Amino acid sequence: MNLTLRIWRQTGPEDKGRMVTYQVEDISPDMSFLEMLDVLNERLTLAGEEPVAFDHDCREGICGMCGMMINGNAHGPQRGTTACQLHMRQFADGDTIDIEPWRARAFPVVKDLVVNRNAFDQIIAGGGFVTAPTGSAPEAHAAPVAKAEADAAFESAACIGCGACVAACPNGSGMLFTAAKVTQLSLLPQGQPERYTRVIGMVDSHDDAGFGGCTNAGECTVVCPKGIPLHTIGRLNRDYLAATAKHTGRS
Amino acid sequence: MDLYTEGSPVTDTRAPDGPIEGRWDSRRFAAKLVNPANRRKLTVIVVGTGLAGGSAAATLAEQGYRVRSYCYQDSPRRAHSIAAQGGINAAKNYRNDGDSVHRLFYDTVKGGDFRSRESNVHRLAEVSVNIIDQCVAQGVPFAREYGGLLDTRSFGGAQVQRTFYARGQTGQQLLLGAYQALERQVGLGNVEMNTRHEMLELIVVDGRARGIVVRDLVTGEITTEFADAVVLASGGYGNVFYLSTNAKGCNVTATWRAHRQGAYFANPCYTQIHPTCIPVSGDHQSKLTLMSESLRNDGRVWVPKAEGDDRDPREIPEDERDYYLERIYPSFGNLVPRDIASRAAKNVCDEGRGVGPTRLGVYLDFADAIRRLGRKSIEAKYGNLFEMYERITGEDPYEVPMRIYPAVHYTMGGLWVDYDLQATIPGLFVIGEANFSDHGANRLGASALMQGLADGYFVLPNTIANYLAAGPFEKLEPSHPAAVDARRTVEERINRLLSVDGDRTVDSFHRELGQIMWEHCGMERSAAGLRKAVDEIRALREEFWQRVRIVGDADGLNQSLEKAGRVADFFELAELMCIDALHREESCGGHFRAEHQSPDGEAQRDDERFAYVAAWEYGTEQPVLHKEDLKFEYVHPTQRSYK
Amino acid sequence: MAVTGLVLVLFLVAHMLGNLKIFTGAEDFDHYAHWLRDLGTPLLPYGWYLWLQRGGLLIALAGHIWAATMLAVRARSARPVRYAHRKKVQGSYAARTMRWGGVIIALFVIYHILDLTTGHLNPIGDPSRPQANVVADFAPERWYVTLFYTLAVVALGFHLRHGAYSALRSLGQQTPQGERRARGLALVFAVALSVGYLVVPFAVLLGLVR
Repeated sequence: MNLTLRIWRQTGPEDKGRMVTYQVEDISPDMSFLEMLDVLNERLTLAGEEPVAFDHDCREGICGMCGMMINGNAHGPQRGTTACQLHMRQFADGDTIDIEPWRARAFPVVKDLVVNRNAFDQIIAGGGFVTAPTGSAPEAHAAPVAKAEADAAFESAACIGCGACVAACPNGSGMLFTAAKVTQLSLLPQGQPERYTRVIGMVDSHDDAGFGGCTNAGECTVVCPKGIPLHTIGRLNRDYLAATAKHTGRS
Repeated sequence: MDLYTEGSPVTDTRAPDGPIEGRWDSRRFAAKLVNPANRRKLTVIVVGTGLAGGSAAATLAEQGYRVRSYCYQDSPRRAHSIAAQGGINAAKNYRNDGDSVHRLFYDTVKGGDFRSRESNVHRLAEVSVNIIDQCVAQGVPFAREYGGLLDTRSFGGAQVQRTFYARGQTGQQLLLGAYQALERQVGLGNVEMNTRHEMLELIVVDGRARGIVVRDLVTGEITTEFADAVVLASGGYGNVFYLSTNAKGCNVTATWRAHRQGAYFANPCYTQIHPTCIPVSGDHQSKLTLMSESLRNDGRVWVPKAEGDDRDPREIPEDERDYYLERIYPSFGNLVPRDIASRAAKNVCDEGRGVGPTRLGVYLDFADAIRRLGRKSIEAKYGNLFEMYERITGEDPYEVPMRIYPAVHYTMGGLWVDYDLQATIPGLFVIGEANFSDHGANRLGASALMQGLADGYFVLPNTIANYLAAGPFEKLEPSHPAAVDARRTVEERINRLLSVDGDRTVDSFHRELGQIMWEHCGMERSAAGLRKAVDEIRALREEFWQRVRIVGDADGLNQSLEKAGRVADFFELAELMCIDALHREESCGGHFRAEHQSPDGEAQRDDERFAYVAAWEYGTEQPVLHKEDLKFEYVHPTQRSYK
Repeated sequence: MAVTGLVLVLFLVAHMLGNLKIFTGAEDFDHYAHWLRDLGTPLLPYGWYLWLQRGGLLIALAGHIWAATMLAVRARSARPVRYAHRKKVQGSYAARTMRWGGVIIALFVIYHILDLTTGHLNPIGDPSRPQANVVADFAPERWYVTLFYTLAVVALGFHLRHGAYSALRSLGQQTPQGERRARGLALVFAVALSVGYLVVPFAVLLGLVR
């Protein structure tokens, strides 16, 4: 396959950045999307041009490190698939492909397609945990969890923190990411003691980081490679309402 | 031999004795403690944020130490522990099926082919039960039964159901538990988290590990960081093979730099090769994807009987197929251990009977299982794996047999540590896959997660106090000669890499190194092949330093520069791996020497000569071998047989 | 957003039911309009209730617009650099048209008040004969008024569909079944309300109401 790539190039945080056009030839349909970029980068290196910087690590769809807008789709056209698991057979010979970084104030561009997602860590630090210092845990079978609840908690826990939800959201909101963790922990007995302080802490951290507000547009869940459902946000809202009713001051 | 020299034996001076059940208790009692009020005055650097590093950093901070944590990824949550699929072992005996701490201990020593320390393995089995409690308390969503209790399954041929799991994403869920505990400490100000930072050198002052040199991968700034102790939790080195199931960024640099500073590197040749990975599709391949081993429960492995049979597999009649695992190992069949399944696949491919475009693959066929159990039931069990396979290969495994091939998966070797997990440099602790670990020559399925968390949550936080009790140590400044030296080494190396300005890319070298290693130091090794490999590696390394091309500078994000530094260290490690493999004239676990096999092709250990840990000391001319003898008082060495 | 929206929705329902009175005859309709002003008397002076209601609505509307503006401002600041290649809507079309839909509706409301409340833009514009005003308004030769009215009501329908669904979400709906129910409910409600509003002008247009 021969393709035309239009890729966002930006030398650093201060640079304005621009789309640059490249041609790549002899791309095998069995290549992954990132392997196609590897091919381009090998060629650029030999030509003395700086290769395109992009984040990636496990290349098996679980670490959440990769992520880019491919023709306006977060992680590309195939649903339930991260960029690293996307294969070139999803494209046709002669296609033009636009590749851009995630765009959000909370995710500033570091270089080319690489963005800084520390804001997600801050949201977790804001309350996305159960306080259980090592050694203090009770016997694992002390608190049974109904299978349905455990399965639902798992469904939300599957989030890989890639940021596609933010990238696709018309409001630049990180609510799906926040809600996934809130939902996981609020479904489990271990998460109950901190249930209401958690949701307030996490939503505050979310807002402080510069993410936009949620308007239930639903774009996030469509692009989520792990299919985190939109109703997690409903659960977050419910906990948030209950929390604000319970705790008049912010705790 | 001409490639190394032998030094004095090494002994583990921290190892307690007495009855094995009481050793961990007695070590904890004998170890010195640090008063809670003094802990705030002590700083610990932790490199790596996977299961071992993340859990250690969180736990040390909970105890009151000041922790500085480093990872090369953009978030601690992305460490490669996240990709572990299967599960985590623990001797809970919830199934009432005869499991016990002693049985887990026994299975692990036997599974490691009698090349691990009994004391360490027993401790691992003891704390395994605490790990499950800890993770459940953190909100890890383990699979549960309808009664609300934890579900377990049998894994990797174990006869008891002791593996706890969270669908196919156990590693992810356990890591997120540790990550959340870590972020809590970050939020409380007890941990200083440094993402996108890579450790490039260890700083040793007066014989003690006192700090590291790190490069901020975003700004390119190189700084020296000090602490009272340094913990390396930087994972394994499977990427020396270029193609492996490791993440692209996994590297040996942190441990290799420590090795060059004097830490011994133990058993580097022990490599685990996983039999069920998706085969290489072409030269562009950048990494290999593991398919869960559980697939072998229902899939049948076969190749055509005839060489070079290119027919569509569905058109090959039954009597022209060779279900070779069922044929050679009638009692275990498709469920033989990883190393045996891997080698058998290699053998049939060597005979020219491999399948697929590269002829490096065998079929894993679900047609029988689908006929017997129905498509629905197969879908329920393996649906997500089948989807993943189809996404990658474009073939529907419900219709066409899967193609699989072995791939490098885990490295049992690593920095040598004593019972306290301290390396030969005082103040340097090594945990998780980065140490030479408790797995001996071969790791059992679902034991990697157990070891990482055991080290991080329960072992290191107890043993490190014994060392820190002597602190705080002298306060250091970046102007200290040792720091200046270490920093200069790093800067010179980077400048040297950038100044080559040759005509080959880093990846092209890495790929070639991987081919040499896979060919000669992979599933089957021979003296002649290993010697050849050493020569080839040396020549390639020479060429690397003359022809590598890195575009850009060191003043900002430069991913080629990062890769180049890692590949340069892989060259040195690769040579040591081959030397280690060459000197170990026996076959054991993840190390199979062609010269040492029984007439019917089984691995032959040599307990007389090789029941020791090979701990290598770095030497500018040649590595120096130090042997640590292994004693087996509780589990007596036997030859494995799966016929 | 959800709370102010619900107040406005309650008004819309009442307004629609009132409109439908046009089918029971001109006197009835005029009487209803008159009754609105008479409501609450003798406790309140004539016309006061209506003004109270108008005041309440205005506060809700202002709150609604303020909240929407804040969200829009946050959204803008959350993405300072736009995408060069923006894919068309994948989630919900209604959700993505909330802001422009809201603006269209706001413009319509202004026009609508000038037309049928104050009478400035109405061909008759006699406050004592509301039914006649309506009939004159949607006369066939003034098809463009009907068209604009229809467009506004359709925009309102979209706005309501996402608005009602979203409000249910904000107020705590949280299960997959609940999500399906909320979507269904919002759709039925939005369609019912739009139809309820559209039958009046079309009835006039087709001469069913004179």
